[in-house]
Amino acid sequence: MFEVRIHGRGGQGVVTAAELLSVAAFAEGRYAQAFPSFGSERTGAPVVAYCRLSDGPIRLREPVLRPDALIIQDSTLLVQVDVFAGLAPGGAVLVNSRQDRRALHLEHLPPDRLVIVPASRLALTHVGRPVPNAALLGGFAAQTGLLALDSVIQAIRDRFRGGVAEGNVAAATEAYRLVRSRLEEQVDA
Amino acid sequence: MLRQIEGSQAVAETVARCRPQVVCAYPISPQTHIVEGLSRLVKSGDLAGCEFINVESEFAAMSVAIGAVAAGARTYTATASQGLLFMAEALYNASGLGLPIVMTVANRAIGAPINIWNDHSDAMSQRDCGWVQLYAESNQDAVDLHVLAFRLAEELSVPVMVCMDGFVLTHAYERIDVPGQEQVDAYLPAFRPRQMLDPHEPLTIGAMVGPEAFTEVRYLAHQVQRRALDRIPELAGAFEAGFRRPAGGLVRPYRCADAETVVVALGSVLGTVKDTVDEMRDDGVRVGVLGLGTFRPFPAGALRQALGRVARVVVLERAFSVGTGGIVSADLDSALTGLPQRRYTVVAGLGGRPVTKASVRAVLDAATADDLEPLTFLDLDRSTVEAVR
Repeated sequence: MFEVRIHGRGGQGVVTAAELLSVAAFAEGRYAQAFPSFGSERTGAPVVAYCRLSDGPIRLREPVLRPDALIIQDSTLLVQVDVFAGLAPGGAVLVNSRQDRRALHLEHLPPDRLVIVPASRLALTHVGRPVPNAALLGGFAAQTGLLALDSVIQAIRDRFRGGVAEGNVAAATEAYRLVRSRLEEQVDA
Repeated sequence: MLRQIEGSQAVAETVARCRPQVVCAYPISPQTHIVEGLSRLVKSGDLAGCEFINVESEFAAMSVAIGAVAAGARTYTATASQGLLFMAEALYNASGLGLPIVMTVANRAIGAPINIWNDHSDAMSQRDCGWVQLYAESNQDAVDLHVLAFRLAEELSVPVMVCMDGFVLTHAYERIDVPGQEQVDAYLPAFRPRQMLDPHEPLTIGAMVGPEAFTEVRYLAHQVQRRALDRIPELAGAFEAGFRRPAGGLVRPYRCADAETVVVALGSVLGTVKDTVDEMRDDGVRVGVLGLGTFRPFPAGALRQALGRVARVVVLERAFSVGTGGIVSADLDSALTGLPQRRYTVVAGLGGRPVTKASVRAVLDAATADDLEPLTFLDLDRSTVEAVR
């Protein structure tokens, strides 16, 4: 079982990200369970959502307490919420930011575990709104190798229609390529 | 068809395939996506022959449901939490009149203090109102129980609540086999009301009954519920034959065959408990789980049969009765009268507190060592309690 925890703020599509991730995994024939950390949802308030991926049925209903991967949709949460709580040793971290690891004070995370991708900027370019969730899922697919980009694209088209769908597909695709090329550079270096 | 879908949406689509003729609901909190989904299906014409009635309160929702089903329409509604309490007076009317309404209760806590999260306080508070109560373990179970509930309700002329955990199930996306129209049609015949209001053949439903016959009315209602104890396993068997997967039933044993300790629980917490039990089995602890699929009528006989030879029973419940203790436990104690076993009550997950594998493991380790209070509150924060004192 692979467990993902997504942190963001109300309005950034955090719950939708977890749902899309589960739909992408389902498209690959896997079992997946996505659910939000329930609260009184308000725009801008910290929000958490979870997704479990597995090759077999998932019975467990507790929140994800020891995530194998974190997706941080809003880097201002890094100093506001203990986003790293319970992160499994060697767990992957994906952060939405235009800043680098030094500016984010994340130098303690080795480069093979931390990927920073400007997902809001990509969304603004391709969708016209700074909703980073779909782009981050493209980045997640590249970072973890858990899902094919095509599955993420399928999940996006399943959920959205028309220009919103295609804009998000473009953002996810660019994020995927960005992360892939950066990881390949690391391997070469 | 297998889909990755939200629990509420899957229930909405399944209820639509049960061909309800009236869906009435109060559309704001506490409510789920279920009636929202149904309202869309009615508006789009995908749910033909159904009228969606937007009412002004939960009391009105149940009252309209009573009128609709009394006029011969297959009728559905959904609610939760304080909404169910607001229906309370009408709930007794529905059951007292023998009207087969099916209602989803997306289980949530009851305030004060205000709390929107999941536990079983709402449905448990209405345990004596004469409705059958079925509890879903997963979203697949929730979907399937609705199909079974309509058939059970209409065969016995009794209203049925399908209880599914609010948020934990209603808002979870998972793999669900949403029943197809042909499958549902093959299992669920058209509604033939036992009696109905018809201007061409006038009759009175719900006339006053005085002391001379009120006891008899209640006695007969009890007999109907007892018949449900026989009928629920039969309908579960027929469901499995048609849909090729188990659904519903009175009790469901898991690794109980040689168990010395058995956990009795209901609802979605069963999954976490089963995972915990698997880990304890790996460590050589002889522990099992008995899922309670039906709470009303209370399956006392099935429980006594399943738990008769067990040394220890731990009831893990998501509600409790202030001033006395466990609600399921009290019924279970009466069902198991005279058996020489130790029984523990663990009140868990109130107001949405997560029930974790680690906490369940800790309490079961204490129970198997017989080092547990008869009534325990899982993960009780002593410092908070002491601070209030």
